[in-house]
Amino acid sequence: MSDVLFHNVRLLDPAGGVDQPGELLVREGRIADSGQSLGRPDGVAVIDGNGAVLCPGLVDMRAALGEPGFEYRETIASAATAAAAGGITTVAALPDSAPAVDDPAIARLLIARGAETGSLDILPYGAVTRGCRGEEMAELGLLREAGAVAFTDGTRAIGPARLMALALSYLRGFGGRIVQHAQEPSLSEGAAATRGELATRLGLPAVAAEAEAIMVARDIALARMTRGAVHFAHVSTAAALDLIRRAKDEGLAVTCDTAPPYFDLDETAIGNFRTYAKLSPPLRAASDRAAVAAALADGTIDAVASDHQPRDPDDKRLPFAQAAAGGSGLATLLAVTLAQVHGSTLDLGRAVALLTERPARLLGSAAGTLARGAAADLCLFDPGAAWLVEAGKLPGKAQNTPFDGRLLQGRVLGTWKAGRRVFGA
Amino acid sequence: MNPPRHLLQIEGLPPSEIAALLELAESYVLLNRSGQTERDLLHGRTLITLFFEDSTRTRTSFELAGKRLGADVITMSVATSSVNKGETLLDTAATLNAMHCDLLVVRHAQSGAPALLAQKVDAAVINAGDGTHEHPTQALLDALTICRHRGRLEGLVVAICGDVLHSRVARSNIHLLTSMGGHVRVVGPPTLIPPAIEKMGVEVFHDMRAGLAGADIVMALRLQKERMARGLVPSAREYFRFWGLDAERLAYAKSDALVMHPGPMNRGVEIDSAVADDPERSLIREQVEMGVAVRMAVLDTLSRRGLS
Repeated sequence: MSDVLFHNVRLLDPAGGVDQPGELLVREGRIADSGQSLGRPDGVAVIDGNGAVLCPGLVDMRAALGEPGFEYRETIASAATAAAAGGITTVAALPDSAPAVDDPAIARLLIARGAETGSLDILPYGAVTRGCRGEEMAELGLLREAGAVAFTDGTRAIGPARLMALALSYLRGFGGRIVQHAQEPSLSEGAAATRGELATRLGLPAVAAEAEAIMVARDIALARMTRGAVHFAHVSTAAALDLIRRAKDEGLAVTCDTAPPYFDLDETAIGNFRTYAKLSPPLRAASDRAAVAAALADGTIDAVASDHQPRDPDDKRLPFAQAAAGGSGLATLLAVTLAQVHGSTLDLGRAVALLTERPARLLGSAAGTLARGAAADLCLFDPGAAWLVEAGKLPGKAQNTPFDGRLLQGRVLGTWKAGRRVFGA
Repeated sequence: MNPPRHLLQIEGLPPSEIAALLELAESYVLLNRSGQTERDLLHGRTLITLFFEDSTRTRTSFELAGKRLGADVITMSVATSSVNKGETLLDTAATLNAMHCDLLVVRHAQSGAPALLAQKVDAAVINAGDGTHEHPTQALLDALTICRHRGRLEGLVVAICGDVLHSRVARSNIHLLTSMGGHVRVVGPPTLIPPAIEKMGVEVFHDMRAGLAGADIVMALRLQKERMARGLVPSAREYFRFWGLDAERLAYAKSDALVMHPGPMNRGVEIDSAVADDPERSLIREQVEMGVAVRMAVLDTLSRRGLS
């Protein structure tokens, strides 16, 4: 493996509080040094960054990878290609596959399959319940031992309060958070859109935005009761964010993430029954979108995840209520997040922190830093370069982007995994 | 919103276009009544009716309209076709294209299904009811019926009563009547009134006396029995007690108020037989007659020039 010196880059490492022009040296797959000027050590290839940003490889804390069971939508290999193109070098994989990650052997398999790609570390989520069916607790301890970084039932909410309380309580003995898809199930069953004028006009089954806040309020109470750690995935409403903000002030072990559609799009994207914008939770009103954007800036939101949900065209070419929910998100994660920076609502350092060190810390991963001695997982990007999102032309297999036709600024120039270039020429 | 070739929804249809359709339909009423029903406007054209939901009157009405204009009318019966064998809607679209269908009339239980088909078929698509979204020809025939009795739509107070939540007829009527200057009220139990419906320009009432006061037209909607099973209303008798349209409640409206119903009726649930069958007040039978004329006007317009 050749050693590399990055020259003329803007070093951006929120974990180390670094944001300055300089150089970074990689030796034997690890970060050996960084600083203003490192000279020209022998036998080192020099990459001139032309002033582009060099940051840690992105850590995506929520993605479905298609395997096992949904290979027609995405494979680990195709997801790794898309991730590399998006600057992502570590991904936490959702467990609601077929079979579900409710057995330690499957968690180990995913870790090994990630290593095989050579470009993407896979951190498996364990299922909270067997088969993600929401009935009996899975073997959380054995899963934790096998490398599960946290626990969730994926896109299924953990419904019964007793089950949630038990899991939160039990996990305190092993560490690791419960990641909740916060939708009160009896309200959200069958829903395809957010309750309101648009859903009424289109005649679509809808769920009130309050279904998210109701679940968040309940789980905060359970976290207080059990002293367990709960994390809310893809938070999408102002009401839920207010509750989370207060729980954090109270000192509870409550955290959350969101995904780019929830701060970049609102429900009008589903106009005329556009199924590529059908997501779970559904896109919200403009005021909720604005609240999510504000919560990125004020620190209520701990991480931005792709919420990558690969879908086949046939999953989407159906009447709206029957079409599968979910959008692909690996390739667009960075650029849509940067749209908040270009829109002046978020500074670049915080944006990169939400995509690197913050999720890494939540998952207990050593990734997401440019510290000396860390694995050289790197992302080099030009924050100003524009590109057009086109469904059908995205890297990887899943083309079901809700951002089709969106002009974005922020292009990944290169991605390195343990010092080896895995994307870019 | 309406792609020019199709009739998928009333929303977005300009008032001038609605007026033109109603005027053309009126001329077809006169022709039909005079017995001059043999036309060759659609000679050599193929009209296919594709109904994924049961229907008697709408389907028959479209088929009669197509035949009176000289089209080759084909009934694709879902029960016997491959759509029940797992074929997707878009496979069906490919099949229809291969048959060179010119006009496709679709009814589907899912909102947006005709819009999806319209993206993939070469034919002009006419929405004959999609889920809880729209039923544009029903709104047009209702408007024609009202116009024939009141001479106008503008300024009229129309109370739409009952299960508005699940009604595509209500949505299409709201769009049409409000865009033509009518005042629309929706009246029903809060669990059957869709959220934010007032943003579509209607007034919401939960009490029949207040909702019907001063109304020129009272439109009752069908209440399906599944709604009771899903707990949206406790029982049929309770529903009839508070929202059923009988002579006593009709008396809250203007003394000459007229009664409409898109059919099929649940007598004794949303409407009392004495009202439904009252020749002085009920337009329900006439609505069916207007249905054929309106559908002739729609087929005529789409085959000639499309809609703007």
